[in-house]
Amino acid sequence: MKATKTIFAAAAGLAMLGAGAANAATEITFWHAMGGGLGETVNTIAKDFNASQSEYKLTPIYKGGYEETMTAGIAAFRAGEAPNIIQIFDAGSATIINAKGAVYPVASLLNENGVPFHAEDYISGVRNFYADSKGDMIGMPFNSSTPVLYYNKDALAKAGVQPPKTWEEFEEIAPKLKKAGYIALSQSHTPWIFSENFHSRHNIPLANENNGFDGVATKINYNNEHMRMHFSKAREWQQAGLFGYYGSKWGDNQKPFIDQEVAMWLGSSGSFGGLKKSAKFAFGTTNLPYWNSITKGEEYTTFIGGAALFAFSGKEKAQNEGVAKFFQFLTKPETQFFWHKETGYVPITNAAYTLAKETGYYKDEPDAEVGIQQLSQKSAENNKGYRLGYYVQVREVMTREYDQVFAGTKSVDDAFAAIEDGANKLLARFAKTVQ
Amino acid sequence: MKRQQFDSLTLPYLLIAPQLAIIFIFFVWPAAQAVYQSFMLEDPFGLSSQFVGFENFTEVVSNEHYARSALFTAIFSGLVAFLSMAFALLLAVKADGILHGQAAYKIMLTWVYAVAPAVAGMMGVFLFDRSIGPLNHLFNATGWPFNPQLDVFDASVTVILVSVWKQISVNFIYFLAGLQSIPRAVREAALIDCRNGFRRFWTVTLPLLAPTGFFVLVINITYAFFETFGVIDTMTRGAPGGGTATLVYKVYQDGFLGADIGGSSAQSVILMILVLGLTVVQFRVLEKRIHY
Repeated sequence: MKATKTIFAAAAGLAMLGAGAANAATEITFWHAMGGGLGETVNTIAKDFNASQSEYKLTPIYKGGYEETMTAGIAAFRAGEAPNIIQIFDAGSATIINAKGAVYPVASLLNENGVPFHAEDYISGVRNFYADSKGDMIGMPFNSSTPVLYYNKDALAKAGVQPPKTWEEFEEIAPKLKKAGYIALSQSHTPWIFSENFHSRHNIPLANENNGFDGVATKINYNNEHMRMHFSKAREWQQAGLFGYYGSKWGDNQKPFIDQEVAMWLGSSGSFGGLKKSAKFAFGTTNLPYWNSITKGEEYTTFIGGAALFAFSGKEKAQNEGVAKFFQFLTKPETQFFWHKETGYVPITNAAYTLAKETGYYKDEPDAEVGIQQLSQKSAENNKGYRLGYYVQVREVMTREYDQVFAGTKSVDDAFAAIEDGANKLLARFAKTVQ
Repeated sequence: MKRQQFDSLTLPYLLIAPQLAIIFIFFVWPAAQAVYQSFMLEDPFGLSSQFVGFENFTEVVSNEHYARSALFTAIFSGLVAFLSMAFALLLAVKADGILHGQAAYKIMLTWVYAVAPAVAGMMGVFLFDRSIGPLNHLFNATGWPFNPQLDVFDASVTVILVSVWKQISVNFIYFLAGLQSIPRAVREAALIDCRNGFRRFWTVTLPLLAPTGFFVLVINITYAFFETFGVIDTMTRGAPGGGTATLVYKVYQDGFLGADIGGSSAQSVILMILVLGLTVVQFRVLEKRIHY
C-alpha cells in the first residue's frame, strides 16, 4: 500500500517536472548504457532539452551495460517495440549499421527533418567512425573517448624521467622507473588500446574491405609482424618487471596505478574525471606512445571508443522530428562543453572544442585537452575506424588469447594464429547473415 | 474401478487446460524456438534468415574452445556438487547430534541460502581481490602465488569455493530433514548393536538417507550447471583465457552479448540433450540402487 502511494507520488512528481505543456508533447524514448554519474549527466541533458521546448518530451532509460543495451534494443526491434534512440558502442556498430533498414541514418534524419547537417562540423577523429564509406554519418557520435597515457608525476620525478612519446623512449625510461620502485606501465582493455588503436596509431589496416567500410569484411589483419613484435616486447617487459598485466578487466589494471604501484597507465581519456576523484597524487596526461620504427617519424591519430546514438527507422514523423531536434540540442557547443567537462569524453564538434578553448578550460585543466588533440592528429587511410561484424565475440577471442600470452601459457605466434583463425571464422559467419 | 468420473470429455480437458497452457508457453514453445533457431543463420536484427541445416552444430562442436569449456563444466560441476554435498552432510550430521541450541545452529547455517548468487559472487570478488582480499593474502602467505586474474587453476578455485559455499546451506536443510526423519527406534537399535559411530553411520544412517541424498544430488547437478552463472558472471566473466566459462556461460556470451542467435541456440540444444541424458542416467541407473 505504502509502495503504491510512493509510486503515485513519484509519477505525479515526474509529470510536474515535465512542465505544464507536457500533455501535448510527443514522447521520445532514449535507451542508453550510461550508469552512475554518467547517467546523472544524461538525465540533466534530457531535462534541459525538455525544458528548452514544449513540443517533445525525451525520456532517457538506463538499460545496463553496452552489450545489454544493444541486446535490449535488438530484442525490442524484433518485437516491433524499438525505442526512438539507442546508444550502441564501438564494437556493436557493424551489427547495427549492417542491419539494412533498421536504422534511420543520422545525416538523412537531420536533413529531412529541418536540421541542417554538415559532417565537417565534427572533429576529424570522430567524423568517420560511424559513417558509411562515402562519409555520410549513420550514427550520431555521443560519448567519444580515446586512449591516452596517464602518468604519476611524483614517480616520474623520482626516476628523473619524462613521459615517453614513443615506445622506443619507453624502453629507455622503464628501467629507471623500476629502479625508483615502480612497475613502469599497465594498460586496460587490450583489444581496444594495444590492438585496434595500435593499428590506427601506426596506420596499419586491420581488416580487408577498407577495414570493413566498403563491404562486409572477412579477413582480419591482427596477425601481422608489427603486432607480434609489439606483444613480444610487452611480454619481455612484463618478464623484466617493467610492464604489469593484472587481468583482462578494466579495473584490474587501473587499480595498481591508483595504488601507485604502477607509474604509467594507458586508459581512456574518459577516465579523467574518475581519476581526478580517486587518485591521491598528481598525475598528468599525454598521447598514446607509438613505435617510431614503424611509422618512420609520422604520428597518426587514434580511433575513438565509446558509443554513438542511432535512430531506429519506421517511427512517426513527429517523433523523428523530435529526435532531430534533440540531436541538434545535443551537438550545440554549450551542451557538448557541459558533457565534456562533466565526463571527460571529448567534445565532438569543432565549435564545442573552440568554445572549451575560449572559456579557458584547458588553461586550468591542460590534461583534459590531450584526448581531443590526439584525435585531431594526422589522419590517413587506416585511422577512420573499423566496421567488423560479431566484433564483440572477436574481442572475446582476443582477450582470451592475450590472457594466455601474459600468463605465459601461450606463445605470441600461437596466440595471434588463434586470433586470426577465430576472428576470420566469426567474420565469415557474420558475412553469411548479411545478404 | 470406474474408467472415468466425468460425463463428457470437455470438462476434464478444460480443467487441465491452464496447466497445459503454462507448460506450453513457458517450456515447450521456448524449447521449440531454440531448436528452430539452431538450424537457422540469422542476422541479429532478424531481417534476413536462412536454413543452414546442422552447420551451427558442426561449428560449435568443431570449436576447440567449446570442448575446453565442456571439460571445465564437467570438472566444475562434479566438484561443486560433490564438495557442497559432502560439507553439508558433515554439518547436518553434527547438527543432528546437538541437543541444546540446535535452532540457533540451524539458523546460522541456513541463512546463507538467502544470499543471491550475484551477491555471493560480489563477496567473492572482495575476498579474492589482489590488494584488499583477505583470502588472497592468506593463500599468498602460505607460499602459493595465488593469482586468479591470470591463472586458470586459481580462478577455478575461487568460483568453486564461492559456488560450494552458496550451496551448502540448502543441502544442509535437506540432509538435516532427512536425518531427523530416520525413526528413533532404528537409531536406538543401531546404538545397541554397534558401538562404532563411524560404522553406524555408513551401515545404517547413510542407506536410510539415500532417498534424500539422491534428490539432493539431482538438484546439485542442476545448480552446478545452471545457477552458478551469477557467480561466474560477477567473479570472472569466464576469464582468464576463457578458462572459467561454463557451457551455460558461453551460451550467454555468444547469444546475449555477441548477438549470434543461431550459434547460441545450437549450444542450448546441445545443453538440453546433455541435461536430458544426465537426468535419464540419474533416474535409470542411480535410483535403482535406492530403497525408499
